[in-house]
Parts: sequence; structure tokens; C-alpha cells
Amino acid sequence: MRAFDFTEVLIALVRATGWTVVLSLVAFAGGGILGLVLTMMRVSKNRLLQSVSRFYIAFVQGTPLLMQLFLIFFGIPILLGFDVPAFVSASVALIAYAAAYLADIWRGSVEAIPKAQWEAGTSLGLSWLQQFRHVILPQAVKVSIPPTVGFAVQVIKNTSLTSIIGYVELTRQGQILNNVTFQPFVIFAMVGAIYFIVCYPLSLYSQRLEARLTIEAR
Amino acid sequence: MDYDFQFNVIWQNLDLFLWGAWLTIQIAMLATALGLVIGMVMAGLQSLRNPLISGAIQFYIEVIRNTPFLVQLFFVYFGLPSLDIKVPASQAALLALTINIGAYATEIVRAGVESISKGQIEAGRSLGLSGFQIFTFVILKPALMTVYPALTSQFILIMLNSAVISTISAQELAFQAKFLQSRTFRSFEIYLFVTLVYLLLAYLFRAVFSLIARLAFGKVPAN
Repeated sequence: MRAFDFTEVLIALVRATGWTVVLSLVAFAGGGILGLVLTMMRVSKNRLLQSVSRFYIAFVQGTPLLMQLFLIFFGIPILLGFDVPAFVSASVALIAYAAAYLADIWRGSVEAIPKAQWEAGTSLGLSWLQQFRHVILPQAVKVSIPPTVGFAVQVIKNTSLTSIIGYVELTRQGQILNNVTFQPFVIFAMVGAIYFIVCYPLSLYSQRLEARLTIEAR
Repeated sequence: MDYDFQFNVIWQNLDLFLWGAWLTIQIAMLATALGLVIGMVMAGLQSLRNPLISGAIQFYIEVIRNTPFLVQLFFVYFGLPSLDIKVPASQAALLALTINIGAYATEIVRAGVESISKGQIEAGRSLGLSGFQIFTFVILKPALMTVYPALTSQFILIMLNSAVISTISAQELAFQAKFLQSRTFRSFEIYLFVTLVYLLLAYLFRAVFSLIARLAFGKVPAN
């Protein structure tokens, strides 16, 4: 047990926050790319692609993220034959998780665009991809931004679960510091406060965008 | 890939998983019920329109919604003993879950209450309904109908989220997996099976909830 040094603890926590942010960015960027593919599959005319996307989304949304993390964490060594760093397992799991939720959010945004917009594209002789890219996407993006920003908060919060498979981010660092200082209330209040400082502005921003969109829609 | 999958460990320990699934269902139900009570009390307090009380409740909601559940769990589980309050992991977990759900439930209950306009209550009164009848048929039933889809989703989210409490060794479905894999080293097979059990539970409860809705409201509320 060591004496509790507030500054020392704070510096360690802020440093670990960097790893939380890095993982969140990776999860969000990777999840965004895979999510876009899943969205396109979901709104495509191909039944098989639709079903694959729907099944994937239903599976991820119907199971705990912690179990998905464990499946990836124990599954990768089986698949590859060797262990990978915790950051890799954590990234893969969170990308897979974020992609499903983003695809579901974005599907909703695409479906909010009147069907006549697709038909107008067809009548202009645009291909499906051209319609999606040039007619639907620009309109759907606008609707999708508030819930997407809102989901970013979920991603940041859920990176905390990767501490369980040994990735040292904010929550894991808090546990480590608690083990040497025995000040759970102070440490976890600080950890919580840092998450709050990162997440709350995003929540507010999402709410504000939502409100603005509602006013415009009237 | 030269891994030899062995699922025997699953069939040999089926009773353990069943027990775990039952515990998970119980925890989710108990936490949802307690969370709803908190939600009703908070929504009631908010309707007093006291700025201090409303501010405090708003603070509670925002803190819970903008911090990870895992941190809330650690705060309760590791924090309580330092106040010389000794609680078993299962109770600490239930407490953390309830505090967490309470914040979300407050929003849901408020949405339900706000969906009832004052004119409805006055209409009920002018028809000569008793106070009890007004509460049951004019306020409670329509309010429940409004929030029912949100409540269903919340319940399923809680059930899935409760897997996290296995980290402090609270007994439920994910904990059985953790326990068994530490003895058999069949981690992947066990977690795959348990993941599928969660999926099954989620579907089962969705079906049960929509059945209840059909019986209670005579139609399936739009989700």
C-alpha cells in the first residue's frame, strides 16, 4: 500500500484516458466502415445480402458485449494459432459491435427517405449504387447524425469492458490504482468523472442536433 | 486451424447453465422492478417542480447515463466495504444495477406521465368515473401502453448488460461460464454456448412481452 498522491493518480488516469480514446476512435472508424457496408446490404435489393445483414445485426444486438469480447478474445488464437495483444482483440470486438448498431441506426435513416427519391434516381437512369451514393446518402446523413453522435457515447462507455480482457484503459487503470491505494470511492469517482467529462458534451451535442432537426422538420 | 472443438463440457454441465440462466432472469426482473419504483418516485418528485430536487434528479440521470456501468459497479462493490458496509457480491451487483436502471426508468416513466393530457382526466371526471377508475383506465393503462415498447427494450438491455456483474463474481449466467472455463479450459465452446443462450433469452422475452401486450392492451404496441 502506498500513500495516496492525488496528482500522481490523476496523471495516471488521464494518461489511461488516452487509451480509452484511441480504442473508441478505432472502434468508431472501423465500425463506421463495416456499418456502412452492412447498411447497404440491408437496404439492397438482394434478399441474401439483406438476410445476412439482418442476422448479423440481430445477433450482436441480442447478445451481451461482454460475451462477444470473450468470443473474439478466445476465438482469435484458435483461428490464427497464436495470441494477439489485448488491444487487437478489443478493437476487433468493438468494431464488430459498433458496426451492428451503426448499421441499424443508418438503416433507419435511409428508410426515412421517401421511396420516390429512389424512383426519381431510377427514372434518371442512375444505377443502384449511384442512387444510394448521390441521392439517398446526402439526405440520410443529415437525419443520422444526432443518433450517431449519441451512439458514440455508448462506444466510449463500452470500451470499459475491454478492461476485463486485460486491455489497460481508464477503467483498468482505476482498478490498478485502487489495488495500491485502497481508496475505491475516490479512485472510481475520479474515473467516473473523467468518463463524464468525455461523454457529457457529446450527449448534449447529440440532443441539440436532434432538437434542431425536429424544428427544421416542422 | 488445428483446434479440436469439444462441446461435451456443455452437455455435461447443462444444469449449471440452466441455473445460471434462471439467476440472470431473476436478476433482470428484480432490477427492472426496483428500477421502475425508483423511476416512479423520481418522476413524482420531479413533478413537484422544486428546482433543487429537480436539479439533483437531473444530475443523477446524467451521471448514470454518461459513465460506464462497470465503473458504477466497481464504485458500489469496492466502495461499500470502505464504509464498513459488508455486502455480498450479488447484493452489490443488484444495487448497482438498480441505481443504473433507475435513471433510465425515470425518463421512461416521465414520458408515460407526460403522454396523458389533463383534458383526459377532466373528461373522465365529467363522465362520473371514480378516482380509482380514472387512475386505472385514464392514466395508468394509456401511460403503460405508451412506454411499453421502451420498457421491453430496457428489460432486454438489462438482461444482456447483467453479464457484466460476473466480473465481481456475482452469480448468474456469465459467471457460470467463467467458473466452468477456469476448470475445463474449453473457453471458446463455453462462451459460444452461453452467448447463444443469451440470444435465446432475448428472443424468448421479446415474444413473452408482445404476448403480454396483446393480452393486456388488445394490440401490439408499435416498436
